Amino acid sequence: MKITEEMVEYVAILSRLKLSDEEKVQVQNDLGSIIDYIDLLNNVDTTDIEPMSHTFAIKNVFRKDEVQPSFDREELLKNAPKRDEESFIVPKTVE
Amino acid sequence: MDIFDLSALELGRKIKSSEVSVIEATTAYLDKIEKQDSEYNSYITVLREQALNRAAEVQKKIDSGEFNSPLAGVPVAIKDNICTKGIKTSCASKILGDFTPPYNATVTELLEQAGAVIIGKSNMDEFAMGSTTETSFYGQTKNPWNTNHVPGGSSGGGAAAVSAGIAPYALGSDTGGSIRQPASYCGVTGIKPTYGTVSRYGLIAYASSLDQIGPIARDAADCAAILDVICAKDKRDATSLDIKHESLLDKLSGDIKGMKIGLPEDCFKDGLDEDVKKAVLATAETLKAQGATIEYFPMPIIKFAVPTYYIVACAEASSNLSRFDGVKYGFRAENYDDMIDLHKTTRSEGFGMEVKRRIMLGTFALSTGYYDAYYKKALQVKALIKKAFDEAFEKYDVILCPTAPSTAPKLGESLSDPLKMYLSDIYTVSINLAGLPALSMPCGFDKNNMPIGAQIIGRPLGEADVLKTAHAFQLVTDFHKIRPQEVK
Repeated sequence: MKITEEMVEYVAILSRLKLSDEEKVQVQNDLGSIIDYIDLLNNVDTTDIEPMSHTFAIKNVFRKDEVQPSFDREELLKNAPKRDEESFIVPKTVE
Repeated sequence: MDIFDLSALELGRKIKSSEVSVIEATTAYLDKIEKQDSEYNSYITVLREQALNRAAEVQKKIDSGEFNSPLAGVPVAIKDNICTKGIKTSCASKILGDFTPPYNATVTELLEQAGAVIIGKSNMDEFAMGSTTETSFYGQTKNPWNTNHVPGGSSGGGAAAVSAGIAPYALGSDTGGSIRQPASYCGVTGIKPTYGTVSRYGLIAYASSLDQIGPIARDAADCAAILDVICAKDKRDATSLDIKHESLLDKLSGDIKGMKIGLPEDCFKDGLDEDVKKAVLATAETLKAQGATIEYFPMPIIKFAVPTYYIVACAEASSNLSRFDGVKYGFRAENYDDMIDLHKTTRSEGFGMEVKRRIMLGTFALSTGYYDAYYKKALQVKALIKKAFDEAFEKYDVILCPTAPSTAPKLGESLSDPLKMYLSDIYTVSINLAGLPALSMPCGFDKNNMPIGAQIIGRPLGEADVLKTAHAFQLVTDFHKIRPQEVK
């Protein structure tokens, strides 16, 4: 399948990535050859085969809805690029 | 006695009998790292002061009887995608910056409870995406057998450290071969256990349905002892199997009489280096001489393993890596216009090219219009791959094949052709797709004296048979004992 410039731009938007013009070309070529190779899978007959996510059929891994201690706020803010006493600081998202 | 010639278990025994103190062992390894690691760059972070303090603490607890694990007091290197509380954990990426986890991964906790002494965080391909440890933000790691060659990846740092004698053992992670292939390229032993046996809590995720943590060490016995420490049910990992883990070390024997070993024909055809083929077939003969039976069988679905793997792994990675956005931790870009631009700029500046490539491939495979043709199709082929292994294990106890189609390539030769690099994972990726246990052990050298690895694959929860086969081989051969310095 042919990878177009538009597809590369669309995928970049979905992935929240900004590519330079050179990178766009490189990605287009790379994805193109990788997808061509992956198209090999069209040769496998998968009629009536259930897609398998997990090799062991584990189901419904639940726990009781009981409040457990969480992390200390200060501990979690230690790695913050920008913070105040109690929050992470980011650009305004809603006007 | 050269402390560096001892396996992890041998060192553990000498510590227990007080022939060597924990401080002596830790200091010896830290000094050797200081002297030699500039040649290999196998560590991102070395923990001198912390490790020495910890060593003193561990010695007290060994003396009081509180720590009595066979590995108590033995130093270990941990791959830098495994969280260590208070110790920088970078995934070899710019985007995590100096991120210091506020918590330990479950495996870190388990190692500490067993008296391990963490001496450093080992180098890796960025976010575990790679087969050569060349995509690390902290520079490439070099193969101790020949520093013009790669150590393999993505756990190249751990494998190189064990191989060079600057770590008694290491913890790595394996999503498509990242423990086994570097073990093969560096002439050491590594095992990826059955999916769900080792908790992934605290392992920074690449592909959640494929990732597993496992040991890289000098031999199968060490691997068994390490698995005994890290295999446990963990409530914090929803995919953790609820089973009782019996001691693999206690069960370890060298008796493989009557063991049925299958060799997949399709793994011995084109694309396999002659020297590698010879060495792995010789391994089969050695195992036969010890009483096992050897038989070839067809496994044609194997040729679809690589494309299946790359779709599934990259799709999961695109989701897992969406959390890296510069908001709560790690690197944040300096200049941005708004929230979305903050994410875009941080990610574009913070991720390396291989990571970006895989995120985009994964995003593409999951996007509207392509999801059925790619992601859903891959999951169907994954089911067929598992079925093929299930059928094989009705006839055989273990499967033997090469770990990689060649020995370690030269530095700088792999990244320009990503597809070619992906194809070198051909023997390892199907194992992650099927969730099986698999080990790589040294079984020979090529004409340039570079190590060759043989891979032993087991049925689900068949670690005991896998380790037994490797141990039996290692009782009658010396490949795992030969170290790089001797070759030079």
